[in-house]
Amino acid sequence: MTVRKVTSKISRRAFLKGSITAAGSVVATTSIARAAKSLSSEKKEPLVTLLDISKCIGCEECVYACQEANADKYPEPQKPFPKMYPSRVPVQDWSDKRDVTDRLTPYNWLFIQHASATVNGEEIELTIPRRCMHCENPPCVKLCPWGALKQEDNGLSRIDSDICLGGSKCKKVCPWDIPERQTGVGLYLDLLPAFAGNGVMYKCDRCYNRLEKGEVPACIEVCPEDVQTIGPKSEILKKAHALAKEMNGYIYGEHENGGTNTIYVSPVPFEQLNKSIENGKGKPHLNKVKNMMSDGTNLAKAMLIAPLAGVAAAFGKFYLSSKEDK
Amino acid sequence: MKTTGKLQKYIYAITLLFITLSGFGQMPIFKRYYIADLPGLGWLAQFYVTHIMHYIAAIVLITLVIYILFDFILNRSGLNRITGTGYFKIAILTGLIVSGGLMVIKNLPNIYFGHTAVIVLDLVHLSFCMMLLFVSLYSVIRKKRWVS
Ligand code: SF4
Ligand code: SF4
Ligand code: SF4
Repeated sequence: MTVRKVTSKISRRAFLKGSITAAGSVVATTSIARAAKSLSSEKKEPLVTLLDISKCIGCEECVYACQEANADKYPEPQKPFPKMYPSRVPVQDWSDKRDVTDRLTPYNWLFIQHASATVNGEEIELTIPRRCMHCENPPCVKLCPWGALKQEDNGLSRIDSDICLGGSKCKKVCPWDIPERQTGVGLYLDLLPAFAGNGVMYKCDRCYNRLEKGEVPACIEVCPEDVQTIGPKSEILKKAHALAKEMNGYIYGEHENGGTNTIYVSPVPFEQLNKSIENGKGKPHLNKVKNMMSDGTNLAKAMLIAPLAGVAAAFGKFYLSSKEDK
Repeated sequence: MKTTGKLQKYIYAITLLFITLSGFGQMPIFKRYYIADLPGLGWLAQFYVTHIMHYIAAIVLITLVIYILFDFILNRSGLNRITGTGYFKIAILTGLIVSGGLMVIKNLPNIYFGHTAVIVLDLVHLSFCMMLLFVSLYSVIRKKRWVS
């Protein structure tokens, strides 16, 4: 009853406004509401985002929405920074360059990468929203020596800015070098700022606090082209493959680093995009990435056998020596 | 008997050396303090290398510890021969292996440990490591043996 009432109200308002955009945004809002609802009830399966690159117009709305939604998480460093030893330790200060949007920084967790490509003999420009991939088995989280990063059971990974010491190991082990450091903030200031630590690392946290409230991430909600879709892994993978088939396109992120919770679909092969994008500091590549944690996972299996090997060796020795005794 | 005892000692000492180095290598300190610049120690700043080295050393250590334990039981060597420092080191090693084992599980795909649990594990593992280093150093200096 109530549902019908709401629907009719909405469609009447849309009709009265007589604007396609209004109708479009209503559809978007209701689909977001539906997605948000499924997000809160969906606990077991990781949440995955699908990015349809062919739809992105590079308007940067998502970039600004991310900055606005996450502004209160940004670092407010104390200056002057404490002197750090030895002198090779780099000071990384982005606090006066907060408006940089053409790369990842501690104040910009999402940026738009530009690529040009030739499709059917025609030159096209593509824009690609880039941020943390939210790997299935994230090396940044798993290899942090302090446990400053966490992966939630919905698959997102994030850095706890109260615990991070800014050693930048997460960035070094990340196949895309995603996390970015700001010097002069965080726990290290209360420990031995001259000799250990160097600030706090920052990256996309998939708007975990919005997800907790049943809202979708800011960048997804604001996009006028509905470039991103978020949902349970199996559903999104199905959608991604259907979309790729439909546009005769390509997929990135499904198998990279053993699988990520970010799936890009593009009409152009990613090798081609990778050659065209500007990559370097704060600008991640689109290379194929092997599973960085797989050696560890395989050795973990060997570790299970280790006690058995020890027992077998002891029994073997005992058997031999008792035979010798006879 | 004597030679295997010596061999065990060497394996234990070398494993302890590598497991400690690779363990400290989990923290981003060797590069900062020029240690990884020393010839032959560059690997200490490569996090995937230290990660794998730590696992391999752990496999050797676990195998050795279990071997010695069962060897001891099978030969009925007598628990009363184990010295005080021996017992202390056994307790620390057990703590290290259990906390380390849990961390290996934590690092497997699709395993989500609570955030506090991970921090506690990290600190407990590091504390056991420091304890073992101090007790081992003490044992070497004061010539304290495992068994009397
Ligand atoms: S808001 Fe949407 S269309 Fe605009 S840049 Fe971001 S993803 Fe692309
Ligand atoms: S992309 Fe990098 S920062 Fe993001 S989860 Fe994977 S390893 Fe971590
Ligand atoms: S999910 Fe949230 S934090 Fe991540 S890029 Fe989008 S808006 Fe930014």
